[in-house]
Amino acid sequence: MSDRTIDRVAQATPERVARKIRGLSDRAIAWIFISPTIFLLLAINIFPLIWTIQLSFTNYKANRIGREVKDVGLRNYERILTDSDTWLNMQATAHFLFWTIFFQVLIGFTLAWLINKKFKGNDLWTTIIVLPMMLSPAVVGNFWKFLYQPQIGLFNYIVSWFTGKDPSSFEMLGSVTLAPWAIVIVDTWMWTPFVMLICLAGLRSIPDYIYEAAEIDRASKLRQFFTITIPMVLPFLMLAVLFRGIENFKMFDLVVQLTGGGPGSVTELTSINLKREAFEKWRTGYASAYAIILFVTVFGLASIYVKALNKVKQR
Amino acid sequence: MSDFLTGLMRLRRGPWEMVATILIALGVFMLMQPFVLWAFTYSFIVTLIGTVMFIIVSHFPE
Repeated sequence: MSDRTIDRVAQATPERVARKIRGLSDRAIAWIFISPTIFLLLAINIFPLIWTIQLSFTNYKANRIGREVKDVGLRNYERILTDSDTWLNMQATAHFLFWTIFFQVLIGFTLAWLINKKFKGNDLWTTIIVLPMMLSPAVVGNFWKFLYQPQIGLFNYIVSWFTGKDPSSFEMLGSVTLAPWAIVIVDTWMWTPFVMLICLAGLRSIPDYIYEAAEIDRASKLRQFFTITIPMVLPFLMLAVLFRGIENFKMFDLVVQLTGGGPGSVTELTSINLKREAFEKWRTGYASAYAIILFVTVFGLASIYVKALNKVKQR
Repeated sequence: MSDFLTGLMRLRRGPWEMVATILIALGVFMLMQPFVLWAFTYSFIVTLIGTVMFIIVSHFPE
């Protein structure tokens, strides 16, 4: 008598169930195992998506259940894409996206390059640098709000120490010109370590013998940097840019905590605007069309991201 | 350039994915640019065409 677990399970299975399972093919059993996941996927992802697409062609309002729902065709899309306020929100998102990615790549790559040089305390510095990334965006938003306080905030005091300006003479979160930069600074502070880690992985994947060959050919350090380091890290950098681009396109929590979209609507990014349309103005149909526009954009960027990821994997 | 065009004619994945990627990037740029409203208006359709094209052409042979 065998004492293996599989035999014990087989013996413990009631005869009626065992007879049913014996009649099933391997393919059918595989489908039985994955069906709960497929069901959850359909219920949580696919069904809401299809429903949102359907709602985007109507004038449905979620706070007026009994109201007659009219089919408005493409009017919601037309209104969004010809609305100058939505265009301004897109521009605010573009400003945020461009500058955060620019600073994160610049600082992240520099940090990775420095960390890649072997020095004492290398690991400790890496741990310290990646700390901001581990924090919750809500926490980061709240404590940067304190740092930006004109009277007691450390940020204003540091700026005044460098520029000689009175700390209470400027307000980072209350000024129309400074608030867009305030959110860029916080996001850069939080997510530069992520870009640094990706760049570090890229730098560490470059074999030493390539640099040794370049040394033999008497290539200068600058030449090595531009002809070996940059081209070999580029796929990783592209990956970081796409990843941060997709994430920042959907940015909500950090900016809501910091400015709530204000002053006025200078920091009202598309996701904040979408939330206002859906849950403050209750224009569900309009907001659904808005969400579909953002979804298609993110989906398109994600397709490029997957392609870039495959290229990196092939290396 | 001729390889690229040949790839397009023979329905190869590489060049078609390139075209789709350019359309998506162009659509995203049109969506976020601060210069002309008409580009913003047509950005969605360009991104949508690029995205759908990407899904289709990713099934083309290498």
